[in-house]
Amino acid sequence: MQEILLVLLNGLVYGLLLFMLSSGLTLIVGMMGVLNFAHASFYMLGAYFAYTISVGIGFWPALVIAPLLVGVLGVVVERYGLRAVHRNGKLAELLFTVGLAFIIGEVVPLIWGRTAVPYRVPAALDFPAFTLGGINYQAYRLFMMAVSVAIFAGLYAALARTRLGLVIRAALTHPEMVAMLGHNVPRVFTLVFGAGCALAGLAGVIGGNVFTTTPGMAEALGAIVFAVVIMGGLGSIPGALIASLAIGFIQTASVTLDAPLGAVLGRIGLPLDPHGALGQLTIAHAAPAVPYLMLVLLLALNPRGLMGARAD
Amino acid sequence: MPGETQLPASVSVRPARRIGRGGRGAALAWGGAIAIALIAPHLFASGFGLSLLCRMAIAIVFALSFNMLLGQGGMLDFGHAVFFGLGGFATMHLLKLVDGGLALPVVLLPLAGALGGALAALPAGWLATRREGTSFAMITLGIAELAVALVVMIPQWFGGEEGVSGDRSGGVALFGFDFGSAVQIYYVLAAWALLAAALMWGVTRTPLGRLANAVRDNPLRVDFLGYDPARIRFLTFLLAGLFAGVAGGMQALNDEIMTVSNIGSAASGAVLLMTYIGGVGTFSGPVIGAVLVTLLQVALGTVTDAWQLYSGLIFVAMVLWAPGGISGIVQSHAPILRAGRGARLLGPYLALLPAVGLTLAGTVGLAELAYRLQAVRGGARAGRLFGLAVAPTDPWQWLLPLALFVLGAWLLSRLAPPARAAWQEAAAQAARGVS
Repeated sequence: MQEILLVLLNGLVYGLLLFMLSSGLTLIVGMMGVLNFAHASFYMLGAYFAYTISVGIGFWPALVIAPLLVGVLGVVVERYGLRAVHRNGKLAELLFTVGLAFIIGEVVPLIWGRTAVPYRVPAALDFPAFTLGGINYQAYRLFMMAVSVAIFAGLYAALARTRLGLVIRAALTHPEMVAMLGHNVPRVFTLVFGAGCALAGLAGVIGGNVFTTTPGMAEALGAIVFAVVIMGGLGSIPGALIASLAIGFIQTASVTLDAPLGAVLGRIGLPLDPHGALGQLTIAHAAPAVPYLMLVLLLALNPRGLMGARAD
Repeated sequence: MPGETQLPASVSVRPARRIGRGGRGAALAWGGAIAIALIAPHLFASGFGLSLLCRMAIAIVFALSFNMLLGQGGMLDFGHAVFFGLGGFATMHLLKLVDGGLALPVVLLPLAGALGGALAALPAGWLATRREGTSFAMITLGIAELAVALVVMIPQWFGGEEGVSGDRSGGVALFGFDFGSAVQIYYVLAAWALLAAALMWGVTRTPLGRLANAVRDNPLRVDFLGYDPARIRFLTFLLAGLFAGVAGGMQALNDEIMTVSNIGSAASGAVLLMTYIGGVGTFSGPVIGAVLVTLLQVALGTVTDAWQLYSGLIFVAMVLWAPGGISGIVQSHAPILRAGRGARLLGPYLALLPAVGLTLAGTVGLAELAYRLQAVRGGARAGRLFGLAVAPTDPWQWLLPLALFVLGAWLLSRLAPPARAAWQEAAAQAARGVS
């Protein structure tokens, strides 16, 4: 029972981190229609910036400064990169972010080295908050959850209740009309892109020390974030939350199940040779494939995702 | 097979009116390609040169198959290496059977790759080609990740970390090819590359190839004409998977090993890089890209660790300033040169040269210093750069390349607009003069 609870808690933490990461992307994709392949790279930059800053002046300043830096970088990228390639079409925008992700992936190990950096959980939160089945549960993980929930509430409220949120949502569906009403739509786009990148950076600051901060961290999460955003539906913050939690739970739970697929399918009456290549697969082995299977099927069958507003 | 770089812009697949006219130029280009494929191994007879040529032959087929989707069909496939890799694995398994005593000519094994690639493209294409644009791209991304997960999951079929390896020197020696010498594998690969390229070129001239262009440009209108755009995308996808499988089969014969990395996102990214740098708008573009990027990888890879960064920077620069790639640049200047107005461009272009040179020198200097700094931190020696002793830990040494870069970039920002204006004017005049 306690094991199940622990799996649920870990799934929740992982899912909420995925949400933090994908909330920024869902804003960018939903608003601007730019599939930002460099999003996970901004997450990685957030973690590395936070590492450097926390070595210098501590974790709490890093929590504020690192996402801001990443956000500024995002603004620069949008203003001087994306906007310039916009006239060459959607494909060029997408390819630009692919190239950017590639370059960031090369530059990060140049600056911080090819191995993981010792980015640690701040001492103030590095104590067991409670003990579950003999396993200590770190207070920092509770802090992570709190931040994610705060981001969800904040974003949701900002989009639904503020004037800026209204303009952003209107620019999503009627950009010409919003421009006609005197709003600077390109500047709104730049802002949204910067904010999305800052959110990715924040996810890096908070997730980089629980998971590891390595040059491979962007690549490890890059595709999953897309799975989340598309499953949730482009532009839908609640959809992204549901999809993140679903993937978080499924992945954490299936890693702990090591029953062979052959035995499981055999029990429900599907004949699969338990000694063949497929029969010996355990569910834990198959876990990494689950989000992508969901992504492919969902896109092929219902491109709007769970709660999406736009299909393209 | 670097000969195909000779294909003139007039064999472009884009403007329809050039179909009839391209006949003689195309024949010349293909003749040149065959000639260069035959001469090249004599010019680069060293083991290094031959292996470079083999890699180029494989990359050319892979990039051409990728451009069937991206350039000709308007489909961005993020998982094209899946078909390359699965084709390679199919070839590898057949090769192992041949090693075990099955009497088949090894030379023909890339056919198994074609079958493997096409079979893999069947379910993938069925799912992906129902959508277009970014949805299509995202589905292929998901399929690529799925395929990698599957390959890692089933070590019984794909050999896990070590991959699957075989020995190409067994089997029946067709046409006397027993792979006793290194040059034999080159001739086999070159023949396959020429054959595959010719077939893909043929596809662009078929109704299906033309319809793929039409679906890329205006799917709605194709639909109104009575063709099903999704079906055309599907057929194009199958063909692209098939030829990627041929390239994978060639790779299997060349390396005698296939691993997970041949399927993964890095391989898919590499083919995107090559194709885009070469240019997606013409048939010859991917060939140029494949030759150049392979050269960059192999040649620069032996000199500097920074080649990946350089190819990334070139890619982004292309996306920003030359979305047509190298062949696009050539194509946009061909009518100007034909109209005899090239001389007017010489001045503004020559003025750009020092600015480009300064920017490049600055970029290379900064990148090299950064990589040397990393090497020094790792305990290695900094070595020399352009004959100068390098001390990357000394901040003053960074000043010179930084200054070069800033100066070059500033000059470029001043000189590029007039050069662009001159080009636009010349292009407009050439268009008026010709028609």
